[in-house]
Amino acid sequence: MEIIQVVGLGLVTTFLILVIKEQKPVFAFLLATFVGIIIFISLAAKLAEVIGVLQNLATQARVNNLFLETILKIIGIAYIAEFGAQVTRDAGQGSIASKIELAGKVLIMVMAIPIITVIIETIVQILPA
Amino acid sequence: MPYHLDSVFQIAGIGIIVAMIHTVLKQMGKEDFAHWVTLFGFGVVLFMVAMLIQDLFQTIKNVFLFRT
Repeated sequence: MEIIQVVGLGLVTTFLILVIKEQKPVFAFLLATFVGIIIFISLAAKLAEVIGVLQNLATQARVNNLFLETILKIIGIAYIAEFGAQVTRDAGQGSIASKIELAGKVLIMVMAIPIITVIIETIVQILPA
Repeated sequence: MPYHLDSVFQIAGIGIIVAMIHTVLKQMGKEDFAHWVTLFGFGVVLFMVAMLIQDLFQTIKNVFLFRT
C-alpha cells in the first residue's frame, strides 16, 4: 500500500507548508521540493522493475537494442524535464519553466533522429525505384 | 519508501525555529544577526535538498540511461 504512504506524506507536507509559508516562504518552497524528490525516488525504484521486464521482453523478441535504449532515454529526459519545470513553476518562475520544457523537447527530438533515419531508410527501400 | 521521512519534519522545524529566532532578534533590535540566522538556516536546508537532488539524478541515470 505505497499509495497510502504517498498520500499521507503529501497531506502532512501540505499542512507543514501552510504553517511555514506565512513566516518564511523560502523554507516552504524547499520543503515542497524535498517531498517531491522523495516521492519521485520512491517511484523510480518501482519503475526500474518495469523497465527490467521490458528489457527482458526486448531481448527475447530480438528487437534492435538501439530502439529500446533511445526510448528509455527519452522517457528519462521527459521525467527530469517535467520535474524541473514543476519545481521552477512552484517557485513562481513560469518563464524559466517554459525554457526547461523547451530544452526537453529539443533534446528528445535530437534523440529521436536515429530512429527517424532508420524508418525513412526502410520506407525508401520499400518504395519501388 | 526507502528514505526516512524525518527530514521533512526537520526542514519544517528549522523553518519555524528560524522564523521565531528572526522575530525575537528583530524585537531586540539586532537586525543583522537576524539576517545571518536566516541565511544560515537557509544554507543548511539547501544543503539537505541538494544532497537529495544528487541522489535523485543518480537514480534516474541508473534507471533510464543505462548506467552511463
